This record gives sequence, structure tokens and C-alpha cells, in this order.
Amino acid sequence: MAKESLVKIAQLSCGSEYSGIQKEIDTAASMVDAEIFFPEISTEDVQNVEENFGFKVASPDLKLMMARAKAIVEGKTMADAVLIASCFRCAEGALVRNEIRRYIYANSKIPVISYSFTERTTSGTLLTRLEALTTTARRRSLLAREKQEGLTAGIDSGSTTTKAVIMKDDEIIGTGWVPTIKVVESANEALDNALVEAGITRDEIQAIGVTGYGRFLLSEEFNADLVQEEITVNSKGAVYLANSQLGPSTVIDIGGMDNKAIAVQDGIPGMFTMGGICAGASGRFLEMTAKRLGVDITELGDLAVKGMQQNVEMNSYCIVFGIQSLVNSLAKGSAQEDVAAAACYSVVEQVFEQQLQEIDVKEPLIMVGGSSLIEGIPKAMEELLSIKVTVPPNAQYIGAVGAALLVSGFIDK
Amino acid sequence: MVKVFIYPSNSLILSDLIDRFGHEPLAVMREVGKKIRTAGLDSPPINITPEDPKIGLKYAAVEVPSGVRGRMALLGPLLEEAEAAVIVMEPDISFGCMGCARTNELVNFLVRTKDIPILELDYPSTEEDAKAFVHMIHDFLEGLGKGGE
Repeated sequence: MAKESLVKIAQLSCGSEYSGIQKEIDTAASMVDAEIFFPEISTEDVQNVEENFGFKVASPDLKLMMARAKAIVEGKTMADAVLIASCFRCAEGALVRNEIRRYIYANSKIPVISYSFTERTTSGTLLTRLEALTTTARRRSLLAREKQEGLTAGIDSGSTTTKAVIMKDDEIIGTGWVPTIKVVESANEALDNALVEAGITRDEIQAIGVTGYGRFLLSEEFNADLVQEEITVNSKGAVYLANSQLGPSTVIDIGGMDNKAIAVQDGIPGMFTMGGICAGASGRFLEMTAKRLGVDITELGDLAVKGMQQNVEMNSYCIVFGIQSLVNSLAKGSAQEDVAAAACYSVVEQVFEQQLQEIDVKEPLIMVGGSSLIEGIPKAMEELLSIKVTVPPNAQYIGAVGAALLVSGFIDK
Repeated sequence: MVKVFIYPSNSLILSDLIDRFGHEPLAVMREVGKKIRTAGLDSPPINITPEDPKIGLKYAAVEVPSGVRGRMALLGPLLEEAEAAVIVMEPDISFGCMGCARTNELVNFLVRTKDIPILELDYPSTEEDAKAFVHMIHDFLEGLGKGGE
């Protein structure tokens, strides 16, 4: 990646040194040209913080986190972005983590991300998150772009499928969607399909943006003008396609390998989480469900909306147990429609339990990605949250559209 | 000389008192110092690596947060060596602190389960209390004699 301006990330954390992962955090930050620092505060700030912040806790490191959060919000410490982290499975840590994240989000314009780690957390796990965080801090003007201009291409190399779009003067004129087999070959195929549909050649494209898991490989292959993680481009693509670029919104993308839940303000991600502890909460589980039911993945949604999830007990917290539940219910004679509905509900329930607690859900709630086209998924989300869910047109191309839109800002270069 | 475990485990004042009164303080600084001075993986700031929370599994199960287990990897061996202990309850943060309340609870429990002399004191809030605090620690340490030597 080209050298970018240094982003100073304030780390508010408890346990990262003792978990042995501080080096991983520092490494991930350096990979995105960022620097981690710990805001300086006085002993008095820590001693008084429970009273000032209003949250009484037992662990002194959590008091330290709250005092540092106050120093940032009150402008005593200058930070471009904030990383809040505490140990996975620590209840007190999770409560404080959530509250200071909300506090910073509500009282400043500084982008913030929270994360719960274990000793197995690596710099690779943190990279996409910190890349999104630094992009939000660094490229606010780029992210403010509301219209696509010129002739651009966006390619989204996902874990399951590769998507490409060609956009011209704020309209999608070509699309391509192929399964991801080999990252580069699949991207070329998707792009070629999109070019054929658009009726243009590669030479005519003025700028290319790439995103998704394979973005770094694609960057070299296509000499991309923009290489961007999925949080940023999906947020942008979602509010663009849903015609909701100004004001707050919530974007949810249940992907093939992980899920993203993003609180967006004026098209810019504020708080976000990336899930993926278990594949039971991902598009992969839905694919396996469709296979077991003997239907195509595109038919699963239609089946699910006809079923009643309450009729089937489904535990997809783990993909193995999820499939066991599925097989058991079929063996007991459950209707295929009910099993399909239960699978959709189970995936959505996990996103709700594990991720939507970490961001503030504000309407409109926009669901994107291929999984949003499985009708049972947005329906289950509407049931669970009791709010209307928007699935914009071309939702499956969200990353590619976001990349094509954002990269049009690079045409003059 | 008796090996005296201290709580808070990184209290410089307690560690110094134990040392001045002729015993060996078992403080976390010693363990961190070993990690920093011993050649191995460079994992700043205190050279704890993801292996340490696994060592901590000896003291706390896998469902316990990694930060607790990482701290226990440092404190556990000190507890095992301890022949006596001085525990200061509710100390001010500037007196010493391991940051994590759950670790503190576990450490205090494990100290109390050992069959060793233990002095438990409240953190002093006045100058008079502070003088009495030092006297009590002095008397306790003197009562320990010279240990096994």
C-alpha cells in the first residue's frame, strides 16, 4: 500500500498487554500507516472518573479507560480515531466498552471501533477493522462523495462470490457475479461479464476500485486506483443504493464468511463490528441449509417466507450443531419451509445477539450482500427488531458499487 | 529471610518495606523484569506473548478472560513460592494496582488458601493510620523470624 498520512489511534483497553496481543494491535496499526497511543491522564482523573462518568466499576483499568475516553471527548487529548478493546468474556469490560463507545460516538466526531479479544487475536484479524477506522479518519472528503462520475469499475472479491460492476455517470451499466474459485481469475471473469453487459472495453475504464478479501491481489492485477476494505465501501454503497446518503442509517451485511454491522452517519461509518466467531451466523450456513434441503440458494428465501420458524428448534451458534438441528428436524418430519425459516431466523438472531448490541441501530436499516436477497433474512430481521428493513436494488453488488462510486473521486489523478 | 507475597503485587512501597525489613518481596516487577531481560520473542511493552495466557490455564479455566490468565501466568509462580503474605485492602490506585478486579479476587483467594502467615490491612487514610500501617507491617515481618535460613 502507498504511504498515507499518519493516523493517531487512541487505544482505550483493558488486558491487551496481559493477553500478549499488544504487539498484534501495534502491527496491524502500522500496516495501515497508523500509530497507537495511550492518552495521558492524571491519577486524579482516574480517581474521580466514576463520579464524573457515572459508572462505578471494580477494575482499575476500566476506570482508566473511562478517564481516557473523557480526555478525548473533552479535547484534552487529540486523537484521529479510537480503538476500544477489552477481554472477550469479561462482563464488566464489555459493559464499559459499550458505554464509552456510545459516549465518544455521541459526543465527538471521532470514528471509534470496539473489539473484544482473546490471546488468539492476530494482526490479520484486526487489519480490516483498523483499515476501515483509519479510512474514516483520513478520507472524510472522499467518503462524502454522493455521485458517481465518469466511467469506473468496482470489483468485490468476496469469500464466496466475486462481483463486478461498471458505472457510468451515476448509473450501473454492467454487472458480473461469479463464484470465487481463484481470486484473480474469478475477478477477471466477473469484470469481463460486466464489460460485455455494459458494451465497453477495459481500456475505456477511467478508474478501478477493488474491495473484499482478495483486494490486495486484485490491486496488483488491475493496477487499482482504490484498494479499500469492505466496511467503508459497503457503507457507501448501501446508502447510495438505498438513496439514504444523508442522516443516520444502519447497514448489515451477512457475508459468506463474516458479518458486518455498521452505524452510518451521512454515508460515513461511525461504529461498526465485524462478526465471524462461528460460521453458523454466516451465509455459509444458509448455503449448507439450501444444499441439505435440496434447493438452490436462490430458492431458500422463497421457501423461508412460507415457513414458521417457531415450529423448528434451531441452534446454529455453531455450524456443526446447526446442521445437526436441521437434520434432526427433517428426520422428525418438519416441513422444508419451516426448516428454511428457522435457518434464516437463527442466522439473524445471532447477528442480533452478537453484533447489533455493539452498535446503535438507527433507521433506515439497510440489508445488503447476497444474503439479503434470501427473503427470509430481511423478514426475520424485521420480526426481531420490529422495524422495516430496506433491501436496495442491486444489494448483492454492494461492495462493487461502493468501490466504483468512491473510485470516481480518483479519475482526475 | 522469608519470601513475602505482596498485594497489590506491583506496589513499590510494599516491596520496599519488605526489603527494608530484611525479607524477600515477591512482587510482579520481578517476573516482568525476567521477561524483559530474557532473550526471546519481542512483544512490547512487557514481553508477554499469547503463550502466557495459556500458562495461566493452570490457575483459571479457558472460559476466564485472557487478561486474567495472562496476569495469573505472572502471579501464579509468585504465589507458589510465597512463605508469607501482606495484603492491603482497597488500596489507592497510586499505591499499586494490577488493573483487573477479577484477577485481584482470585489472587486474594489463592493466598488465603495457603497455609502461611498473612497480614491483611486496610489502606490508611490519615497520617496516623499510615504510621500504624507501617508499624503493623514491621511487627508482622519481624515475627516471621529468619525463615528457613
